[in-house]
Amino acid sequence: QGKFTLLRDTRTDGSFLVHHFLSFYLRAGCKVCFVALLQSFSHYSIVAQKLGVSLAAAKERGQLVFLEGLKSCLDLLFGEEEQPGQPSPLQFLSRDLRALFDFVRVSLSAAAGDSWKGPVLLVDDLSVLLSLGAAPVAVLDFIHYCRVCVCCQLKGNIVVLVHSNEDSEDEENALVVNSLCHHSDLILWAEGLATGFCKDVHGQIKIIKRLSLRQAEQDLVQIYQYKIQDRNVTFFARGLSAAVL
Amino acid sequence: LVFTEEDKYGLYSNLLFKYFLAEGIVCGHDLFVASAKEHPDNILKELPAPLLDDCCRKELGDEAAAEKSEDFQDSMKIAWRYQNLPKMETSPTTYTKFGHYYDVSKKMSPELCQSVKLHSFYLHEELPFEPTMKTWNMNSGYARLLQSIQRIISQEGFDGSDPQKKQRNVLRIGIQSLGSILWGDDVCCSDAPEDPQSLTKFLYVLRGLLRKSLSACIITVPAHLIQNKAIMERVTNLSDMVVGLESFIGSERETNPLYKDYHGLVHVHQIPRLNSLICDVSDTKDLAFRLKRKQFTIERLHLPPDLSDTVSRASKQDLAGSAKLLSSGCGAMAIGKKHLDF
Repeated sequence: QGKFTLLRDTRTDGSFLVHHFLSFYLRAGCKVCFVALLQSFSHYSIVAQKLGVSLAAAKERGQLVFLEGLKSCLDLLFGEEEQPGQPSPLQFLSRDLRALFDFVRVSLSAAAGDSWKGPVLLVDDLSVLLSLGAAPVAVLDFIHYCRVCVCCQLKGNIVVLVHSNEDSEDEENALVVNSLCHHSDLILWAEGLATGFCKDVHGQIKIIKRLSLRQAEQDLVQIYQYKIQDRNVTFFARGLSAAVL
Repeated sequence: LVFTEEDKYGLYSNLLFKYFLAEGIVCGHDLFVASAKEHPDNILKELPAPLLDDCCRKELGDEAAAEKSEDFQDSMKIAWRYQNLPKMETSPTTYTKFGHYYDVSKKMSPELCQSVKLHSFYLHEELPFEPTMKTWNMNSGYARLLQSIQRIISQEGFDGSDPQKKQRNVLRIGIQSLGSILWGDDVCCSDAPEDPQSLTKFLYVLRGLLRKSLSACIITVPAHLIQNKAIMERVTNLSDMVVGLESFIGSERETNPLYKDYHGLVHVHQIPRLNSLICDVSDTKDLAFRLKRKQFTIERLHLPPDLSDTVSRASKQDLAGSAKLLSSGCGAMAIGKKHLDF
């Protein structure tokens, strides 16, 4: 309740974590607002089906509010003039992310007759906003506003995916990622193996749980390795992959 | 969205580009070619001719038969443990149904070219921009290109907007040398470009258009000219597949005995992970290409045995160094700092 989880990937693709959280929260009966900036609805839908959840059905019954970034962007650019009073959530492309935040707030506020458990905001992925022209400060402001609204006022959770690279030259991205790391309650960091590419172990995941926001030494750090399969992901302790045992 | 990083002189990436278009023609897909450098009509005139089934099979069959008959008799004496491993296929010897083969020395016949609908976009011939779309602070060249693509997609019904159309076809889009100065973008010239986000915005909207319609796109970019690595990272994130071509022309690798059979390396930086949790990773990451008189092939790079009389330290280090460069992993699967791939 009221937790901010940061999904971070370095030199690998951490989107399997996004799929996991999406199906996890839907199955738990939470109301989910999914801001999907990088892939289309059908991509998530097909993977979710493999994981046992139907996104279309969730959308029908109002449990899932799906913002498909690619589609809204096209509507914004090539569509006819939008109706007044219904600004597109991607209006931010001019200045700040206020419209996006309003969209999130409206979709997660409890409507009459809602019986869902806590609201959840899921973002995939935040680094794309920088590519689209938003300033890093605007992105951080957006997250801050969302946190106040979703975590504190509505007692919900937020899960955000960012990409990061250790020797990256993308300073704006590094700024956003570092700042978010300091503010998260839980960080799931998917990384490539330090020894290179391996067919049986796709990477390692570092789980950092913040016990106190003041002292970093108290953080609980756990490291597992994982292998992604078609319908699920198996985790195991380091060095104990099925291929070795 | 296939993103190709061009090699230094653009020779080989152009070839790859033409292959993509030629495959489109042979499969009956519609084509859309955009360029600021060469007129699209010229590009279309120079597409490689497809090899007809029979002669292709025969040619490749002959070569393979010749090789096989030679080593069939010898069994391995020293490395006999390797005898049981399957023979490494470096080139396609069996004719697979997926894709076609092309003869680079011949040009595609104009009749074949005309058999599909061709759309082209040559930046310097476009009329001055009448914005019917909001430009969104994007470079005007890119904006015009997007508008043109979107118009073709909706007019020709690639996005399923015309229920009357019975036969749905695929649109193959090829964009040459995006990001170069000819498009009006200085991202390739300066370290701190004026508008670094034009390219990424363009790619995002293009991605949206591709996802919404039945189309596939290949883009070639002179990546070696882009100084700002941050842009390359963002661009990689926004593309489905990223392939880099590195040719040996003019570099010290041209004379390196390791690479004497090949003309360049293929770096696969990212492979698409669409509609599934996993992606299709091949066994090996080391790919090299070579341009024979008639064929352009991409093969697994295998180092020739070190048969020199003087096994000098220098050559060993070189080997290790190049092996290190070869096995840089691709972004969808994990890569690491040290390279002990296993």
